[in-house]
Amino acid sequence: MNFKNIDYVSKRKVFFTISGFIQIIGIIAILVFGFNLGVDFQGGTRLDVLVGETFAEQDVRAELQTVGLTPGTIETAGNQKERAAVRFTEALSKEQVASAKTALTEKYGEQVDIEESSVDPMMARELVRQAIYAVGLASLGIIIYLTIRFEYRFAVTGVLALLHDAFAVIAVFSIFKIEVDLTFIAAILTIVGYSINDTIVTFDRIRENLPRYKVKGMEDLEKVVNVSIQETIVRSLNTVITVLFASVALLIFGGESIRNFALALTVGLVFGMYSSIFIAAQLWLDWKGKELFKKRPLTNNEAS
Amino acid sequence: MIKWNRIVAFLAVVGITFALIGTTAKGVIGGITLGLDLQGGFETLYEVKPIEEGQELTKNTMKDTVGAILKRIDILGVAEPEIAIEGSDRIRVKLAGVTNQEEARKLLGEPARLAFLGPNGEELMTGNDLAKDGASVQYDELHRPFISLKLANAQKFEDITREYLHQRISIALDEQILTSPEVQSVISGGNASITGEYTVEEATQLANILNAGALPVEMTEIYSNSVGAKLGAESLDKAIFAGIIGVGAIFLFMFLFYRWAGIIAIVTLVAYMYTILVVLNWMHATLTLPGIAAFILTVGMAVDANIITYERIKEELRAGKSLTSAVRAGQRRSLSTILDANITTMIAGAVLFYFGTSSIQGFAVTLMVGIVMTMLTAVLGTRLLLSIWVRSNALRKPWFYGVKESEINEL
Repeated sequence: MNFKNIDYVSKRKVFFTISGFIQIIGIIAILVFGFNLGVDFQGGTRLDVLVGETFAEQDVRAELQTVGLTPGTIETAGNQKERAAVRFTEALSKEQVASAKTALTEKYGEQVDIEESSVDPMMARELVRQAIYAVGLASLGIIIYLTIRFEYRFAVTGVLALLHDAFAVIAVFSIFKIEVDLTFIAAILTIVGYSINDTIVTFDRIRENLPRYKVKGMEDLEKVVNVSIQETIVRSLNTVITVLFASVALLIFGGESIRNFALALTVGLVFGMYSSIFIAAQLWLDWKGKELFKKRPLTNNEAS
Repeated sequence: MIKWNRIVAFLAVVGITFALIGTTAKGVIGGITLGLDLQGGFETLYEVKPIEEGQELTKNTMKDTVGAILKRIDILGVAEPEIAIEGSDRIRVKLAGVTNQEEARKLLGEPARLAFLGPNGEELMTGNDLAKDGASVQYDELHRPFISLKLANAQKFEDITREYLHQRISIALDEQILTSPEVQSVISGGNASITGEYTVEEATQLANILNAGALPVEMTEIYSNSVGAKLGAESLDKAIFAGIIGVGAIFLFMFLFYRWAGIIAIVTLVAYMYTILVVLNWMHATLTLPGIAAFILTVGMAVDANIITYERIKEELRAGKSLTSAVRAGQRRSLSTILDANITTMIAGAVLFYFGTSSIQGFAVTLMVGIVMTMLTAVLGTRLLLSIWVRSNALRKPWFYGVKESEINEL
């Protein structure tokens, strides 16, 4: 396939519609399903138990109940389904964690190992607040930088595109009920930094090409954007593909603890690739076009 | 006309780089501290509250508390504990590689409030009345261990024993009564003992706790994370395996797409990975699991700089420029794009570092170090190697840089 001869701008309304659709589905999903919040965001304890063999969920539950613990959800994980992710709505004390390990070791043997993470609800609220600040502050920083380096229209459309990507990832996690924890925020922020990275490559080229074309009307501006995308498309694709190699490798081989992180990253990168090509530059095009040519007399002026 | 001296210079730079990496890599990698999520261990964030109502938490109280915690960690013999005061009322303790986590956690959080209680539960003395290092393990005639206490104020103890003569006084540690001996005589000289059914280890640990001092405050765990050693080792193995696959795929891609220039990129990427490790080692940074993820990811991102430059060079070649001027133009024009792209990622990294908790901070540090190092190796390194090579006049055909003859426009 030759990416260099595709007309990217003429179908922009279609892409805007697709993206708008994705956002609407996302909002509905979040309203309906909410999030599968990890202990980081609602408090409680998560035990990641390496059981080491295939196990029945109710056995683990029963075993924990013998030591007076009532788990909320138990999920199986791992390639051989040899792990159990057990969640408690209350934060367990260190004695309770120890007794859980003892009970499971007696049942399943010495290979049992536990990763525990407990967060106080008060602390959880603080983490949520910090996460929101972080995403907001990062977006603001990027807008300021891009406004200085380019112009505010690039900055705003670039940030719109990255929020589009971040939101798409959030929607995917909501729809599939994937657990959201602190590493998820790290992934979102990395996407924020990276998605804009990819968008800049195109913006940079538009800026470079603008003086070369004598832009007199919307068609000329469209041409500049189209040519700029055509010229940078291989660059955009290749830079994302190499990062995807890394994130997909982490997703498949990186192990349980960073699986969700790698998943968020991979989904975000794919959306980031899409939005830098089909959304960011096209949004800019419409905005800039409106501003440049709004004073142009309309042909059906007499009618009004 | 091929200039062999340039080729020799090129090979020398590459050779020296690899020789340096080959001879020192083992030491550099060995010197990097692994986070507790990779070697097992635990991390706890304590919220500190004063024991008595109305008492204020001062900076000094916090420092004393950290001191007391450090003493307790000494008992455990942990090599590199990390303790940090966060804000005005929080203390974060990180212990990596602790073999007996349950015991360690118990020992740390224990306020170890020692009290001498009267028959009706009234507090007569506290642990603060204990002399410095006043607790020691001794053995009775039957070689059973007991804990001997030396009191700071002998007179006070004498007065108490006089008042409660022939009554029972309890010695309690955290509301748990250890022993309730009857006061058989007025004890002067300031010595007392706690007896009970202790093993030597228990007695030693108890004495250590007492000596480490009653914590001046109450500590509540508000966040904790512990990772078993087996799970840590498993995470490390898997992350390294994922890294090899991911980086391998990137290398292969670069070679297939940019051919000879791709090989130069691979050389600088290897140098990049090595310098990251050197810098992390030099910073005494702790490598966490998210840190490894960031490391693998930055390799993908470091390639960006190469791709941006190489695509530019390819464009110039297609436009019909000679290799020398295409390389020069490509390098010049790509620099501002690379800078802009990296600075925005840097902003995200800085925010992550500022707002993140410890393991995410590990990710952010690696990300930021990675971006700076990209500029050094993937930008400067590639420039150097490409420039030397281009001037050697060898491998000048556009094919070697991923451009087909048919794509080239005639000038």
